Amino acid sequence: MSPIRSLNLDAEALYTALRQGVRGLLAAAPDAVLVGIWSGGAWLAARLHADLGLAGEPGVISSALHRDDFSERGMAAGGGTTKLPFAIEGQRIFLIDDVLYTGRTIRAAINELYDFGRPASVGLAVLVDRGGRELPIEPAYAAARIALAPAQRLSLARAEDGRFSFAVESVD
Amino acid sequence: MKLLVKGGRLIDPASGLDRIGDLAIAAGRVVALGEVSRDFTPERTINASGQVVAPGLVDLAARLREPGYEHEGMLESELAAAAAGGVTSLVCLPDTDPPLDEPGLVEMLKFRARKLSRCRLFPLGALTRGLAGETLTEMAELTEAGCVGFSQADAPMVNTLTLQRALQYAATFGFTVWLRPQDAWLGGGVAASGAVATRLGLSGVPVAAETVALHTLFELVRSTGARVHLCRLSSAAGVELLRQAKAEGLPVTADVSINSLHLTDVDVGFFNAAMRVTPPLRQQRDRDALQAALVDGTIDALVSDHTPVSSDEKTLPFGEATPGATGLELLLGLALSWGQQRKLTLAQTLARITSEPVRVLGAAIGPLASSAGRLVVGGVADVCIFEPEVRWAVRADALVSQGKHTPFAFDISGFELAGRVQTTLVAGGLAFERSAA
Amino acid sequence: MFSRRNPQLNRHGELIHLLSIEGLPKAVLTQILDTAGTFLSVNDRDVKKVPLLRGKSVFNLFFENSTRTRTTFEIAAKRLSADVINLDIARSSTAKGESLLDTIANLSAMHADMFVVRHGESGAPYLIAQHCAPHVHVINAGDGRHAHPTQALLDMYTIRHFKGDFASLRVAIVGDIVHSRVARSDIHALTTLGVAEIRAVGPKTLVPADLAPMGVRVCHDMADGIRDADVIIMLRLQNERMSGAMLPSAGEFFKHFGLTADKLALAHPEAIVMHPGPINRGVEIDSTVADGVHSVILPQVTFGIAVRMAVMSTIAGNEA
Repeated sequence: MSPIRSLNLDAEALYTALRQGVRGLLAAAPDAVLVGIWSGGAWLAARLHADLGLAGEPGVISSALHRDDFSERGMAAGGGTTKLPFAIEGQRIFLIDDVLYTGRTIRAAINELYDFGRPASVGLAVLVDRGGRELPIEPAYAAARIALAPAQRLSLARAEDGRFSFAVESVD
Repeated sequence: MKLLVKGGRLIDPASGLDRIGDLAIAAGRVVALGEVSRDFTPERTINASGQVVAPGLVDLAARLREPGYEHEGMLESELAAAAAGGVTSLVCLPDTDPPLDEPGLVEMLKFRARKLSRCRLFPLGALTRGLAGETLTEMAELTEAGCVGFSQADAPMVNTLTLQRALQYAATFGFTVWLRPQDAWLGGGVAASGAVATRLGLSGVPVAAETVALHTLFELVRSTGARVHLCRLSSAAGVELLRQAKAEGLPVTADVSINSLHLTDVDVGFFNAAMRVTPPLRQQRDRDALQAALVDGTIDALVSDHTPVSSDEKTLPFGEATPGATGLELLLGLALSWGQQRKLTLAQTLARITSEPVRVLGAAIGPLASSAGRLVVGGVADVCIFEPEVRWAVRADALVSQGKHTPFAFDISGFELAGRVQTTLVAGGLAFERSAA
Repeated sequence: MFSRRNPQLNRHGELIHLLSIEGLPKAVLTQILDTAGTFLSVNDRDVKKVPLLRGKSVFNLFFENSTRTRTTFEIAAKRLSADVINLDIARSSTAKGESLLDTIANLSAMHADMFVVRHGESGAPYLIAQHCAPHVHVINAGDGRHAHPTQALLDMYTIRHFKGDFASLRVAIVGDIVHSRVARSDIHALTTLGVAEIRAVGPKTLVPADLAPMGVRVCHDMADGIRDADVIIMLRLQNERMSGAMLPSAGEFFKHFGLTADKLALAHPEAIVMHPGPINRGVEIDSTVADGVHSVILPQVTFGIAVRMAVMSTIAGNEA
């Protein structure tokens, strides 16, 4: 797929697709719980949880303590805090994230999850898969698959009224 | 050797001489000053144009570290440092190892210094045996061996009765006793009491340590009539007491060190052990009072308080580091700094490190008293020739002294000194000459 | 050589050593407190370890004995997956005459990444930070009377946890302040975080007038000092630091400056009582108060581990 230079992603439309996808995943695993990766994934998980009428609360996971780039980037301010309002041991879990790229954040999130117990299974659903994987990690569902130049960064934004949008910026 | 110093600005603070002219030297004495007759045929001519030709500096406090502290300094290196600093006469402290409490030690020291021909040495003898503050030394014998006064260095006299007796005994012979006004019990801290010491958690030396000691000393001077020279004043309150004592007519003189004259407690910064000196650096008002007192003569002389300390003893936490800083090579530059800040003439500035220290020494240096610290026809040819405008940064590795630690080092203080010694003559001989580098 | 820049910060203003609270920007303190919150939750998990300092060696250099502080640092380092080596300096090479800097050089040759230093002389950690290799980080675990920055940070965390915002707080620090590194660091932290008032309470021999420039109101009367206080920090009466007759007896001190229930009644009804530990019951604090509802002394200890984890991970992530 050739890299798209000017991007016009409709985050709300993609969210609608994600919601369908996750509904499908949960149909096959009704006792599974949603855990959103801080921060964009957490927003998505919260809205999915409400929209799908799920019981209890979604979990939030921060990858800050298990990141593999600590010696280069140091302790970043405000990396979020993990909050898991259910037991992990023997639990089926779907991680939710906004953008899947190298896969390292997911790896760190899974390590963090393991500090709490041994899950029965861990699946992944994302809004956008932008390719460029550096680890063997694949989503069970992605609302969109695109390609971006490495110099470009894609992130989810949430307005005050809760509407999602995408921001693309060049990282130098 | 017959020497001609040509075209320099001749300054003699004692007589008020300040003119461009020539200086002729023969057989170690000044034979002509200002105008030199054409008949004078020098073996060597020193071109001093653009430079100041002043009397050799007289430093009333320097530690040479011999005998006993050779890992910190040796007579050769420290007297060479004196010459590099333009110092032609210096008074050294008795706290060597063993202390200078035996005539033999004093004679040996003077003999070795004379052989080096770099600087005249005027040792202070120990006031008490071993500096222990208990029994008196043979002051008359020590004076005959060459001591110009008696001192306890930094070892405070705890027993006031013994102190009184020591002063009475010295007064018998008219000897001067040189004492640091520091109370033994109050003076135990490592930094000056105040907001900085409190903030840094360093034990403090209150001003009372100095004023209590001054009150005691003045009382004893009143009752014994002894002459006392007060060493290293450090506080505004101390200066005030000294002023009153002098107004009263007490036979006291005083000096201040280059460190206390220029620095304050804030300069300790992040526990910089180069600032660990005794007396400790006090606050702004104290510094101002000391500077003003040196102007109006309440404080008679400026001293280097040269104390070489080895790196092993300085690179330690502040409270454990040995107090002291190198100073002989900085005395001129720091005197000139003070003079410029206070808007004095060059002659007024130089007086504090030439003629005034000699006045303090007085009869103790015998016939030299009439010409040391002076440029006068017939007097000894001890001369300091310097560049008044050259600015230079103090760098540890460029110092001649073995003592490399000074708060004025460029990488600590960030400022440069003005005034660089080019040539130093002692008794007409070349003690130091700066190579053209 | 030290320039005039704060030696604790690198050229980007990031923390590379923790030597003193003084001079640290508020943002640096707040970031450490926020990070500590994350680590508190780690201590509640089954797996209490995170890999942030894996492969790093932390050397505890305690020139002054302190089992409790050293143990807290050890736990904190191990929870960050660091290797910890404890050096009991008093009984080792330095006692045989090896200089402080030789000791540091030898340890640096053993590939230390971080030194946690407690020393009896004010300023010792600065000397160590100045002379150790550039990649090595130094944490001050207490130097003489000067500073105990990690204690101040955990005290601030405790205050924030129980009291929320700092701006309206009146804080009383009571006891042997002149000899206390905890007091000095607490005062700097409270000032930086912007509390309304700090009172330094104690007899004149222990609370000197020249504390005032640090930003405190000096009180020699306990009732006056405690009245309406929101936070009371009691300091231990340090017998080993007092030389030569500063106090006649612990009993007289307790009567006038000890925290009893009556005195506590003068404070704000929701005041919290803190103490850096170890407490001397019946000397500076009554047992009923130490064990009572206002006391947060035990939570302080729990927060201490999380705060030290936050300090170590923050520093380890910044380059010199």
